[in-house]
Amino acid sequence: MYFKLFWTFFKIGLFTFGGGYAMIPFIHKFGVDKYQWITEQEFMNIIAIAESTPGPIAINSATYIGHKVKGVRGSAAATLGVSLPSFIIIILIAAFFMQFKDNMHVEYAFQGIRIGVAILVVNAAVRMYRKLDKNYMSYILIAIGFGLLLFDFLSVIYVIIVGGGIGIITQILKARGEENVD
Amino acid sequence: MLIKLLELFVTFFKIGVFTFGGGYAMIPLITDEVIAKGWQTKDTLIDFIAIAESTPGPFAINISTFIGYEQQGIIGAMFATLGVIVPSFVIIIIIAKVFNKFADNKYVIGFLNGAKPIIVGVIFSVGIDFLLSSVFKIKEITLIREMIFDWKTIVIFLIVFGLTKVKERMHPIFIVVLSGLLGYILFGII
Repeated sequence: MYFKLFWTFFKIGLFTFGGGYAMIPFIHKFGVDKYQWITEQEFMNIIAIAESTPGPIAINSATYIGHKVKGVRGSAAATLGVSLPSFIIIILIAAFFMQFKDNMHVEYAFQGIRIGVAILVVNAAVRMYRKLDKNYMSYILIAIGFGLLLFDFLSVIYVIIVGGGIGIITQILKARGEENVD
Repeated sequence: MLIKLLELFVTFFKIGVFTFGGGYAMIPLITDEVIAKGWQTKDTLIDFIAIAESTPGPFAINISTFIGYEQQGIIGAMFATLGVIVPSFVIIIIIAKVFNKFADNKYVIGFLNGAKPIIVGVIFSVGIDFLLSSVFKIKEITLIREMIFDWKTIVIFLIVFGLTKVKERMHPIFIVVLSGLLGYILFGII
């Protein structure tokens, strides 16, 4: 069973391009449909947990499903499986890339690629913005995050802590407000 | 060497703890930590991001393996990757064992309600920063007056950005290959 977990997540890691979200349909296909490791309800629960906990979604869901099937060792097997293909492929590419990175022709291409990456990042921010609940508070927080980082006032970790702190305080105040109404 | 390996582990552990919401949310943290430590320049880091986006598997694993390998070879890659995995792994096991209603907890919801918009702002800021440096060769926003107008980079930007607006959700690999091709043609051939 450990090997089956490892191998299934190895395949998921090997064949998904484009990060954790691209993995979700595959996790459903294997975890719910093919092997019935988790129910539909648990699958939805995993997505909610993966989105509300830190870390890569792929690792979060592999760890959770592995744990459901075979406890902590199952988690280790699934997580190792989902990480190993990337690890091997990147080491091969990195070894290869290191030899060519000072090559003039490669540098020409990368002058274009850096612009492409910048566009990918901006578009990702726009996509995430569309998914947010929009209210005056989220607009203020977006502006704070944008401004603090653009002008290098705080490191990213502190900016996130500030945002989370404001969120928790707002949540508590809102709960108090509702109590007072009752 | 051991100190360097531990530093790789701790750095990526921190990045793992504060990444909420997929690979792109990790980019600002990586930029911050890795450039501040002098492990990469902005340009080489963006090159790594391009490669990590175009290879299979989770972005987080790809980028941590890449930076770890570049710093300290295969052992370095292991420490960096382990660093990014361990926080998720531990947190999920705790949740799976004792705290199944984690996503419904009001403090968790509150934290995410505040953290998510601020992360969007942060990613947006890094994207703009990357754009300014790749298109106008501006190293920092405060040096904006030193911008260089190069029609070639502007043309690449307009073509690639225009295409992503015509057809949304274009695959990252396609964007990387297209912009690489344009860069090669405009800088190498013309």
